[in-house]
Amino acid sequence: MFAPVYFDHNATTPLAPRVLEAMLPYLTQQYGNASSRHEYGRAARRAIDEARQQVAAAVGAHPTEVIFTSGGSEANNLFIKGVTGLLPKGVIAISAIEHPCVREPAKQLARAGWRLRELAVNADCRITSTDFSVALAEQPALISIMLANNETGVIQDVAQWAVQASGTLKKSASAWFHVDAVQAFGRVPLDFRMLNAAGVHALTLSAHKIGGPKGAGALVLDKRVALQPLIAGGGHERGLRSGTENVAAIVGFGVAAELAVTDLQTKATALSAMRRLLEEGLSQLGAYIFAAQVERLPNTSYFAFADMDGETLVGRLDRAGFAVAAGAACSSANPSPSHVLLAMGIAPELARGAVRVSLGVQNTQHQVHDFLAVLKQTLSELQKMKHSPQGNTEFITTAQARMQAHLPRDNDVATLN
Amino acid sequence: MKLPIYLDYSATTPVDPRVAEKMIPWLTEHFGNPASRSHAYGWEAEHAVENAREEVAKLVGADAKDIIWTSGATESNNLAIKGAAHFYASTKGKHIVTVTTEHKAVLDTVKELERQGFEATYIVPQENGLITPEQFAAALRPDTVVASVMAVNNEIGVIQPIAELGEICREKGVIFHVDAAQATGKMPIDLNTLKVDLMSFSAHKTYGPKGVGALYVRRKPRIRLEAQMHGGGHERGLRSGTLATHQIVGMGEAFRLARIEMTAENERIRMLRDRLLKGFQDIEEIYVNGDITERVPHNLNVSFNYVEGESLIMAIKDIAVSSGSACTSASLEPSYVLRALGRSDELAHSSIRFTLGRFTTEQDVDFTIKLLHEKIGKLRELSPLWDMFKEGIDLNTVQWAAH
Repeated sequence: MFAPVYFDHNATTPLAPRVLEAMLPYLTQQYGNASSRHEYGRAARRAIDEARQQVAAAVGAHPTEVIFTSGGSEANNLFIKGVTGLLPKGVIAISAIEHPCVREPAKQLARAGWRLRELAVNADCRITSTDFSVALAEQPALISIMLANNETGVIQDVAQWAVQASGTLKKSASAWFHVDAVQAFGRVPLDFRMLNAAGVHALTLSAHKIGGPKGAGALVLDKRVALQPLIAGGGHERGLRSGTENVAAIVGFGVAAELAVTDLQTKATALSAMRRLLEEGLSQLGAYIFAAQVERLPNTSYFAFADMDGETLVGRLDRAGFAVAAGAACSSANPSPSHVLLAMGIAPELARGAVRVSLGVQNTQHQVHDFLAVLKQTLSELQKMKHSPQGNTEFITTAQARMQAHLPRDNDVATLN
Repeated sequence: MKLPIYLDYSATTPVDPRVAEKMIPWLTEHFGNPASRSHAYGWEAEHAVENAREEVAKLVGADAKDIIWTSGATESNNLAIKGAAHFYASTKGKHIVTVTTEHKAVLDTVKELERQGFEATYIVPQENGLITPEQFAAALRPDTVVASVMAVNNEIGVIQPIAELGEICREKGVIFHVDAAQATGKMPIDLNTLKVDLMSFSAHKTYGPKGVGALYVRRKPRIRLEAQMHGGGHERGLRSGTLATHQIVGMGEAFRLARIEMTAENERIRMLRDRLLKGFQDIEEIYVNGDITERVPHNLNVSFNYVEGESLIMAIKDIAVSSGSACTSASLEPSYVLRALGRSDELAHSSIRFTLGRFTTEQDVDFTIKLLHEKIGKLRELSPLWDMFKEGIDLNTVQWAAH
């Protein structure tokens, strides 16, 4: 197969070869059920224990604080529904830029009688002190703020917000503070002990964003937090998550976690250098780069060109051999712009043009150069077409055709993963 | 011969090497997120996911559109029972019917609903592990919203009469959920004819990988559920979360192989199981648990009387099996399934579940027969209870001194 250059690492990452190597024996050879008492089962249990230690070590947590789940979405659902299920109805505060797997459970709570308070962000995608203080005055029972945003890559100072929250909220109110760290893990240093001391009670992690397999994630949880399980039956994971453990994926997660935090600084420096190169080129081409002035994940660049549809652009880039993501949801004929950009106050017309490049350590500066050349060419073609007599009769791109083919499916995935 | 011999195929199965081979490319070069809509990495992953959905549907006579991916049968059971109970509570009622010998994934879910204000009726099966359509019909009430009965019991392998139970549910307007985790590849399932509304599946009991399962959600007549995991709206909005392509591909291939090979395979395994049972028949005081006819071909569950459960497990370390003894779970209770059948604590404790599978050989079975003869003989030689039994003393009449 002709392999396009992969610039979509915030959606998912390729598996690190050592991760695959670690996983394979647990499919066909060491296939025991970790709940079985015989040697096959005990071998599986030991493998899970080791992975738990690896994940814990990678985020500065204790192994007993790690609850394995089927992924980040489940971990977010588990915390939000698990905590609120045991509390009287009150206020839940989440940032306006959360991933749907935080937003949707929160909306579900709102339908069940909770009050949903969204924390506003400024044009740089950062939560503001003014609004946060106002929100705290409403005594939220649960606060959820993502560490790094999946679209812009912008990093929130969650430790600062947690300190402020634990300092302000009444002692009697049990305000639990949750951080979705799915995109941040493996890209910026993460220390649960430090965050926990600041007042963060739980972290969500995912394996497939850090070179691990899809199908594994974790909730790192302060043991003082009482939680109702999302999935009952059998009492696995301290009774908080039942179901036969996905041994191979958990083993892969453990190794991936260990690898992700190894030489993290070196990798971040290399990614930053590539992104600087990319963004210099983008600026020369006239791109508007979102949140360029604030601290972001080193691998993420989110930009738009005026009067240029994002879908069209990514479709063309795909055909030219570059896999990137568009910022607009593609589940409707009239793509709605990203809720993140709208929350930042970006005009909908510009937001419709959003394109996300998320780099990985396997990418090279050479690929970035090639990408810029292709982009320049594509932009000039699209400009020409726009000014040609045919006007807007741009033929449909492969990507658009695919997207339209999906239209009949109800409730389609309407987000940047 | 590699020891211990694996005879615990109902706990989990190895991934068939042919399945593993199909999975690996989706871990390596084809690593895209099936939800990525803007590039080929995403499209090819999505295509693979849809192919697998077809394969899962084909094994059970369903339409691919009726299949929802989950992380496993436990999640499927939770989604089916809680999802339907919550969605229909206000229109149908708040009563649930299930069976005392169901898997914990069903029982614990029903208990959770009871805490939320639902009422539940637990049917106690007959001594052979089966429930009758009459028992079932009697348990249903006008306000029954969901009934959940497993197709095949995980401990004793008995097959419940789900076709008849389905007819009763359809007639009475009760949503019928069936946990089929232990049934796929062991018996034919045809959802075209069965009046089942929701059915749970697991990959890792049928030579696929752990961490993936599916829920069949009937569309005609349409069954609606309240989602348990919210987010990006994957899987018709019923189950959000990035799809694990390699695992789904593995489940599809495992179910495809099951469809093609199950008839021949089950015949071979049944002969091995019968050979095992025959090999045990000259051991005195053994009891087969569960009906021997209405039963999947790979399961044999036997209680060895006058043998202490824990010692038995220690003595037969060269085979990997499950036991009804306390040691298989965190609790000290012996198997609740065997207790529900009316077995005494002693017989429940000394029960062994042998589950055979695709890679079990005749030699494995013969080794097991020999091992059990030898070890049961030895344990009974040391047992004062066995001596008393041989002397004709009825142990139930003995007054034990308290300490």
